[in-house]
Amino acid sequence: MNFRLIGMLVLSTVILAGCATGVPDSGARGENFKPNTTEFFNASVGDRVLFAVNENTLGVEATSILNAQAAWLAQNTAFSAIIEGHADEQGTRAYNLALGARRAAAVQSYLVSQGVAASRLKTVTYGKERPIEICSSESCWSKNRRAVTVVSAGGTS
Amino acid sequence: MRNIGTCLALVLISLTALPLWAQSTGPLKIEITEGVIEPMPFAAPAFVAENTAARQMAEDLASVVVADLVGSGIFREIPRAAQISGISNFDAPVQFSDWKAINAQALITGAVTMRGNGQIVVKFRLFDVFAQAQLGEGLQFVGTQDDWRRMAHKVSDAVYARLTGEPGYFDSRVVYVAETGPKNARRKRLAIMDYDGANARDLTDDSALVLAPRFSPDGNKVLYTSYETGLPRVFVLNLKNMRRKALSELPGMTFAPRYSPDGKTILLSLSSGGNTDIYSVKVRGGKRTRLTSAPSIETAPSYSPDGNQIVFESDRAGSQQLYVMPAGGGEARRISFGSGRYGTPVWSPRGDLVAFTKMNKGRFHIGVMRLDGTEERLLTASFLDEGPTWSPNGRVLMFFRETRGAKGVPSIYSVDVSGRNLKPVPVSGNGSDPSWSTLLK
Repeated sequence: MNFRLIGMLVLSTVILAGCATGVPDSGARGENFKPNTTEFFNASVGDRVLFAVNENTLGVEATSILNAQAAWLAQNTAFSAIIEGHADEQGTRAYNLALGARRAAAVQSYLVSQGVAASRLKTVTYGKERPIEICSSESCWSKNRRAVTVVSAGGTS
Repeated sequence: MRNIGTCLALVLISLTALPLWAQSTGPLKIEITEGVIEPMPFAAPAFVAENTAARQMAEDLASVVVADLVGSGIFREIPRAAQISGISNFDAPVQFSDWKAINAQALITGAVTMRGNGQIVVKFRLFDVFAQAQLGEGLQFVGTQDDWRRMAHKVSDAVYARLTGEPGYFDSRVVYVAETGPKNARRKRLAIMDYDGANARDLTDDSALVLAPRFSPDGNKVLYTSYETGLPRVFVLNLKNMRRKALSELPGMTFAPRYSPDGKTILLSLSSGGNTDIYSVKVRGGKRTRLTSAPSIETAPSYSPDGNQIVFESDRAGSQQLYVMPAGGGEARRISFGSGRYGTPVWSPRGDLVAFTKMNKGRFHIGVMRLDGTEERLLTASFLDEGPTWSPNGRVLMFFRETRGAKGVPSIYSVDVSGRNLKPVPVSGNGSDPSWSTLLK
């Protein structure tokens, strides 16, 4: 549990770097992890993509992260993933659940289009129930409108 | 405004129908000016304790009745301190002049007996002071000590009904989500309380995320969404035996459930492959029917009171808007055309209005409109107001309001359909997603 939290903190740095350059920063602090670990995936590949308000379109930054995710999944065939779709707090509960499902499905479709077997990818929506940033302004909302690819060794259940 | 106007007209009719009316000092007058009504003054002197053991209960019952009536915003209590005389004998003739002198238009008298077996007997009478006559029959309720608040609410409902000509809403409950913990690690449990926030208790623990409970029409079951399997799934909780079960064998993720008015069908949203559509599921047998099939989001369905139509939200036109379709699915007509987005539609139990959440320019509102989309009225405005639920008589809405910022928390509020009488429901702790029951039996 602690491990995962640390991974997430590192990750926001990676995402910011990724947004700026369009390419995930494969150095960062992921160098401490072996490439075939969840920690490496989260910190170095980048486990999440962000969305515009009410959108599920994948932008340039997002697709480059997903390309890296697909490449990593191609190499690490023992891993499968659950893709979590999230929304910011600026919406109603049910709609945000549907929106999160849409975002998770957009990531799933893209990864499948990049050769990842659909059987290795499941989706879940959390709507606005699991924000990572808690302020009520765009700086936080933009990070909460996300789809997170949670990888784990073994099949999805 | 229109609805409250109707309601007060009924007040007048029920009082003017009395035979002694013509001899009284003049017509009962209820001012409606600029949407502000003058609440009807009433007096509820201490209920008579018929035996010593009933003394405290008599006091408590009367204060709950007063709180109900005053809380409705339609009535105003003439405080005890201003009252010239009390009622010491429930069956003695009422000295109307004493009540007329303090301008109490309605007088409520009551008596309470505690029986040896723990039962309470509550009697009450309602009088039109100016007409010097009793309004309706005296009523008597018998119940256990645990139910004393319900008995008070029943008295209030009877008073409300006699003075407005409409059913009350006080003897009712609300299921909701009790929330604890910081915004980025929120814990949620299902909970239930009386309509006034009393008797709150948990229905589930917080081991799994739970969302949006909805009462069955008979009040015995609660539909809700739980993540206990890892995915959002609709569950039903039986309040009589506290057993819960997932709803049949629905694939994928399901949420936003709601019962039909006859309790035989459940509407819900099912997400599959990123597309969310509305389905109906029979309570018996689990037969499933897909009601929408657009690639857009269709969710938050709610039946009309006759069960023939469904109001729901969809972003098929690009943004979240409200639509009405036949209960069996088919062509839908859009009803919301104002600026901004509309969600969480709920059909009024009276059938005349739909309540909704509106999002516009970074603000959230609870509002109502007619079923053809006209006469839209926004009743509230804040950073985040969401999820209206109707009182059993369709006169009041509850919803939840979440405050802004890192320490933002949700609280349950109520507001009259006129937009007046906005106030927090006194729930201990934070709550969201209220669902108001029908009147209890």
